[in-house]
Amino acid sequence: MNAEAFDVAVVGGGLHGLSAALHLARIGRSVCVIERRWTGRHASGATAAGVRTLNRDLAEVPISLEAMAMWHRIAEIVGDDCGFQAHGQINVAERQEQMPTLLRREAKMRSLGYSHEELVDAKELRRLVPALSPHCVGALVARRDGAADPHRTVLAFRRACEAEGVVVAEGCGVEAVDRQGADWLLACGARRFRAPIVVNAGGAWAARLAALFGDEIALGVRASMMIVTERLAPLLAPVVSVIGRALSFKQSDQGTLVIGGGLQGAADLDRERSTVNFAELAKGARAASDLFPAVRGVRIARCWTGIEAQTRDHLPVIGASPNAAGLFHIFGFSGHGFQLVPVVGAITAELVAEGRSRRDISAFVPQRLMQERTAA
Amino acid sequence: MSQNPSDIRHTDLLIVGAGPAGMAAAVTVRRHGLSVRVIDDQPAPGGQIWRGIETVAATPRLARLGEAYRAGVDRAAAFRACGALYEPQSQLWQIEPGFRAFLTREGRARSVKAAAVILATGAQERPVPFPGWTLPGVLTVGAAQILLKTADSVPDKPVWIAGCGPLPLLYMTQLLAAGGRIAGFLDTTPRGRLGAAMRHLPRGLGRFGDLLKGLSWSLALKRAGFPIVRHVAELRAEGEGRLERLYYRTQEGRENTVAAEVLLVHEGVVPSVHAPLALGCATRWDAGQNCLIPVLDGWGETSQANVFVVGDGAGIGGAEAAELRGRLAALRVVSRFGRLDGGGLEAAARSERKALAHALALRPFLDALYAPRPQVFAPPDETLVCRCEEVTAGELRSRAVQGRPGPNQLKAFTRAGMGPCQGRQCGYTLAHIVAAAQNRPVEEVGFYRIRPPLKPVTLGELASLDEQEPAA
Repeated sequence: MNAEAFDVAVVGGGLHGLSAALHLARIGRSVCVIERRWTGRHASGATAAGVRTLNRDLAEVPISLEAMAMWHRIAEIVGDDCGFQAHGQINVAERQEQMPTLLRREAKMRSLGYSHEELVDAKELRRLVPALSPHCVGALVARRDGAADPHRTVLAFRRACEAEGVVVAEGCGVEAVDRQGADWLLACGARRFRAPIVVNAGGAWAARLAALFGDEIALGVRASMMIVTERLAPLLAPVVSVIGRALSFKQSDQGTLVIGGGLQGAADLDRERSTVNFAELAKGARAASDLFPAVRGVRIARCWTGIEAQTRDHLPVIGASPNAAGLFHIFGFSGHGFQLVPVVGAITAELVAEGRSRRDISAFVPQRLMQERTAA
Repeated sequence: MSQNPSDIRHTDLLIVGAGPAGMAAAVTVRRHGLSVRVIDDQPAPGGQIWRGIETVAATPRLARLGEAYRAGVDRAAAFRACGALYEPQSQLWQIEPGFRAFLTREGRARSVKAAAVILATGAQERPVPFPGWTLPGVLTVGAAQILLKTADSVPDKPVWIAGCGPLPLLYMTQLLAAGGRIAGFLDTTPRGRLGAAMRHLPRGLGRFGDLLKGLSWSLALKRAGFPIVRHVAELRAEGEGRLERLYYRTQEGRENTVAAEVLLVHEGVVPSVHAPLALGCATRWDAGQNCLIPVLDGWGETSQANVFVVGDGAGIGGAEAAELRGRLAALRVVSRFGRLDGGGLEAAARSERKALAHALALRPFLDALYAPRPQVFAPPDETLVCRCEEVTAGELRSRAVQGRPGPNQLKAFTRAGMGPCQGRQCGYTLAHIVAAAQNRPVEEVGFYRIRPPLKPVTLGELASLDEQEPAA
């Protein structure tokens, strides 16, 4: 059987796979995206699509700020604004004793030369989010943050990819990997793909793919639950989260409330299914109605979970495989990878083209999650 | 049992729905001593066919609504006396494996447990999208019949009826008896259907009484003297802000526009499959009834152990079949709990099975006679298909040929099926549009993934669950 030959095979048709493919195509590589189901089937289609620099791990802040600059010109990159709106992200303190935490964070960020996180008092908080319960005392705000529309984003990245000649092969799960000369041969049912470079953007299933290449990477799984309500009149513009509670609360362009915050359902990697745990999700509804008393009577339209990867330090894996020549890993975004999509694509293209990145990605090396091989 | 049902968390069996099937199942398992909880949307038992039966029983309306309706009086009384924990006005919105069911009653959510579940959630009217179907003044025959049964409500303007199947005929006779006026009947049964259905008639001759009843309705309607137009293929409701005019076109090409203030439509009923789909029960496409039907064994058990589907939810069969299916599933549950041995189970089931075969004998004839006209599944481009999110047939058609998306991808692209009705109104239409656009059989296209909650529950109600649940 003839294998379809490319310079780069990206495995995984989620947003990180599509972004990597797009950036690689733009530096002249022929690229295919190999997707087991369809583009955006799992985490990318189930995400709340928060575009957040606020409260990032310090190791992520530089690339997150670069990504934010890209989001503010996202239409130039993918031909559509992806529904991105920069109405800010706000991390709210409900009690006075939580304020020192926010103060320390702001001071730390300033000492490192960052100015995107700003402390606001109760009065400014009320001005930013009038619907918020009056018991809230203050907040940390990133005003240039916001949120996008996940489905529009998937569609925009996919169309931009196809416009650059990227082949998107859906319904192709990688079953076996073989080395043939300088190329990797990927067997997907009846189809075969060959390429010297493989990008592993397999999301929750990325560790399984890595294992086919001999990389044993410790990877957990998340099944974050989301609530979407019926439509209602404009209530708030920014995305609101709360200290000490699992809540992320925003209103979409359509008027629906989108409520998440990392409450966990159950994931089944083999069956590619995840299920909602309502006893757990009730905590999110409780937090939402405590923070926004006006929404208690709003009807829930649907709830869902998405399956995504989680590393033990909650930082992504971005880097070359130490074992398999030509293999690059980008996965493990641990529930906050959406905002990083444009920049990680650029980093991947850089890694493939130059073998290294100008950005500091040392905290993301795959080796930190791999067992030390005992010397023979 | 005199205890407050909400204080009891665990029962042997949970039955969802208190129509003919649910009530029959409850009475049967109670006779064998199992504990059972029955939850139902309605304020009183009876389901759709016997809706409001307990209150109507004391009024002259009972006689007007006919013999089949009157039969519900005894059934509701037997159900009330059987000792089931009955929770009316309760919305079931999620079942987790094991089984833990979440329901809302009187503004509070809670979860209950049971070792087996019988879903007796009945049927819904087949959605009939055509241009203007969402205008005020356009309703379904089923909705109008509910008003007639529960509130003795008769439209004060003459009504146009468009559709096919036994229900429009029954409703028209009931409406005339209640003093209502009919502007005309647009019979959408395509030409030649009777001939096609005749080959199923010999099997159905045992149901001579039903045939006679249908015939007597038709004759009574003819005598009433309102216009009856046959073979209507296309409909369009028009008006500024509400229904004012009705356009129709017959298969023979005869067109007409008539003044209309109320239009009632009906193109048959389909099983409610959302609960079984949400539980992961296997379904199959039934070509005869043009809908999904849960895959069931002879007891009504689904592909998920200890989950049963009975009544019209198991495939449209009518009230008599619903009761029999309810009893068969109940017997199986009883035997699982060791209250009936294999011999006792088979003996008890034999007569029910025989009666079920008899009750369903006319069904193939009716399915063939009243199979929906092809236009029901191929509305013109300007027609709203998803009324929650306002997505038109044209938009779905153009998206369906970009790549080869299935229902769930189209949902993500267009938002069709994302509204509070969870795709109950647009699911089948979308499946047929995808099938036609991609030139593949509709059974291959599949259906939306059903996401909880099955019924809208408020944030406050879900939050109330957090206040009561014991810490995990």
